[in-house]
Amino acid sequence: MNIMRTIRVALRALSRNKMRSFLTALGIIIGVGAVIAMVSIGQGAKSNVEKRFESMGTNLLFVHAGSRSFRGRHGGGGTYQNLTPNDAKAILERADAVEYVSPNVSTRAQVIYGNKNWNTSIQGAGENYTKIRNWRVEEGIFFDEQMVKSGQKVAVLGSEVSENLFEGADPIGQIIRIKKIPFSVIGVLETKGEAGGWHSRDDMIVIPYTTAQRRLVGRPDRVSSIDISAVSAAKTAEATEQIEEILRIQHKIAPGAEDDFHVRNMADVAESFAESTKTLTFLLGGIASVSLLVGGIGIMNIMLVSVTERIREIGIRMSVGARERDILFQFLAEAIVLSLLGGILGIILGIGGSRLIARIAGWQTLVSMGSIALAFLFAGSVGVFFGFYPARKASKLDPIEALRYE
Amino acid sequence: MENNNLIQLENIKKIYKVGETQVNALKGVSSAIKGGDFVAIMGPSGSGKSTLMNIIGCLDRPTEGKYLLEGEEVSTLDKNKLARIRNKKIGFVFQTFNLLARTTALENTELPLMYSNVPRKKTRDLAYKALSLVGLEGRELHRTNQLSGGEQQRAAIARALVNNPSLILADEPTGNLDTKTGKEIIDIFKKLNEGKHITVILVTHEQEIAQIAHRRIHLRDGQIIKEEHA
Ligand SMILES: Nc1ncnc2c1ncn2[C@@H]1O[C@H](COP(=O)(O)OP(=O)(O)O)[C@@H](O)[C@H]1O
Ligand SMILES: [Mg+2]
Repeated sequence: MNIMRTIRVALRALSRNKMRSFLTALGIIIGVGAVIAMVSIGQGAKSNVEKRFESMGTNLLFVHAGSRSFRGRHGGGGTYQNLTPNDAKAILERADAVEYVSPNVSTRAQVIYGNKNWNTSIQGAGENYTKIRNWRVEEGIFFDEQMVKSGQKVAVLGSEVSENLFEGADPIGQIIRIKKIPFSVIGVLETKGEAGGWHSRDDMIVIPYTTAQRRLVGRPDRVSSIDISAVSAAKTAEATEQIEEILRIQHKIAPGAEDDFHVRNMADVAESFAESTKTLTFLLGGIASVSLLVGGIGIMNIMLVSVTERIREIGIRMSVGARERDILFQFLAEAIVLSLLGGILGIILGIGGSRLIARIAGWQTLVSMGSIALAFLFAGSVGVFFGFYPARKASKLDPIEALRYE
Repeated sequence: MENNNLIQLENIKKIYKVGETQVNALKGVSSAIKGGDFVAIMGPSGSGKSTLMNIIGCLDRPTEGKYLLEGEEVSTLDKNKLARIRNKKIGFVFQTFNLLARTTALENTELPLMYSNVPRKKTRDLAYKALSLVGLEGRELHRTNQLSGGEQQRAAIARALVNNPSLILADEPTGNLDTKTGKEIIDIFKKLNEGKHITVILVTHEQEIAQIAHRRIHLRDGQIIKEEHA
């Protein structure tokens, strides 16, 4: 029998027992639906993170104090301070793959405006901070080189801080108090939103790092980290090498000895995030696949029952000339058609489910063509895999015994 | 072809093993049947008639002996080749009709053509023709459970003849029918034998029916005990 006829015969056989066919396919429907919906959560998270990183700039590099092996304990926290403003200067002057540098001093402080009180993160930075971070100033201006040099008490607010302290009023020109020291507000940054699981990036105040050193942390010779932008994304590796070489000289580190600083670039950070969202996707997809497997076993079960019920039919078909492979394909086709139809309904269910999750939980979800194709393929394979055994059993029947079967 | 025999059986034996014991269903049957013949096989129950029919119909293989169909040795062919022969050369009619349930007379009749890759349109035409030949015109789209016993057997005959076989085998085709309907069924076989020169072999207990055949073979205990020619 040719393929079209085999499929038509399979459809007719399935439609003869619609309720049972539907219940059998239900396992596949739910399985495929679950896979699509679960993977859409993982993919949504992934695209979310990717977008955030893109908005930060891919040519971004960070230098933190502490060796790479201590990264977990000492990195970024600023407790192990051996980076100096001179390091930043040296990098800017000597590394030609580097475009901008910004020495950073971070701390937290209580901020007061009028009768409002807000605890937020204070970022001491250089004048090129916004250029490195790819960040626009929404209102007013950012501080310039002169203001940094002279350590002026000026502040640029993150949008959330501005919202909290000023509640929509114009903050430019107003005086706020950081650790009781008056600062004049000269600008407000555009809203960036959350960074994949981090706290809001808009909840912070940027001030000149010199001011931060002198007024807030009292260490005029130290910075917590250095933000750097390479001249292009392609030059980040080269920039990393140059920075490492310069800092080893600056810090007088003997050849072979361990660095007391480490350089990370955005690509590394993005990669480690991508890695974790990938794990999430696999985990969710894996859990959902189990239900698909259960659906497949359901198909095998029903197909076995169906073969037993139709032994006489098989005998009749054989008596008029059906070969082993005709019978094999007939039952296989039923299993495959069943799981593919289940797959299609499952895809619809999965898309609906992923929308529902997005609506109810507020997560970003993403149903990709790839995951649809994969789920469909998977459903087909389930049909082949779990349909094969019953179909083979049917095809191996002896015609006479099958005809005599009651 | 060797002396124009459609079927040549040489010392056919069939042994069934049931647990420890053996049943000798056929104990050495030799015979030859010419193309265009009409043969009745008779004998008491358990004498091996069905066993012989199944072997002739290529549904089963003999334990021992040679079976030539149209000069070709078929007792040693594999399952798939036997299936091909059943499809192209042989039509089988059973006592219990053996039609597919919940399926129309037309679909049942089309079945052998489905397995020989006849195009759809031609399949339909041939099936309609076969059904009209057995007197089921107008009933083509009735489901088998909506047909009487006689009509079901007619549909089964239509299915047996639709692929234009050289041989039709009928194992007690009237066993489940009343006498009058049985006669009508036998008349169809006669018509096919005379009109289309299809060789017919049928098993029957009824003397009256056997009289129509050109030749009667009597079996007892797995052996031919008597042959009669008309
Ligand atoms: N599949 C089988 N297994 C075991 N014994 C069988 C089988 N088929 C037939 N027989 C035995 O073979 C003998 C001949 O049976 P059968 O050909 O059906 O006789 P008939 O059709 O003449 O009544 C009987 O004794 C029967 O019990
Ligand atoms: Mg019998």
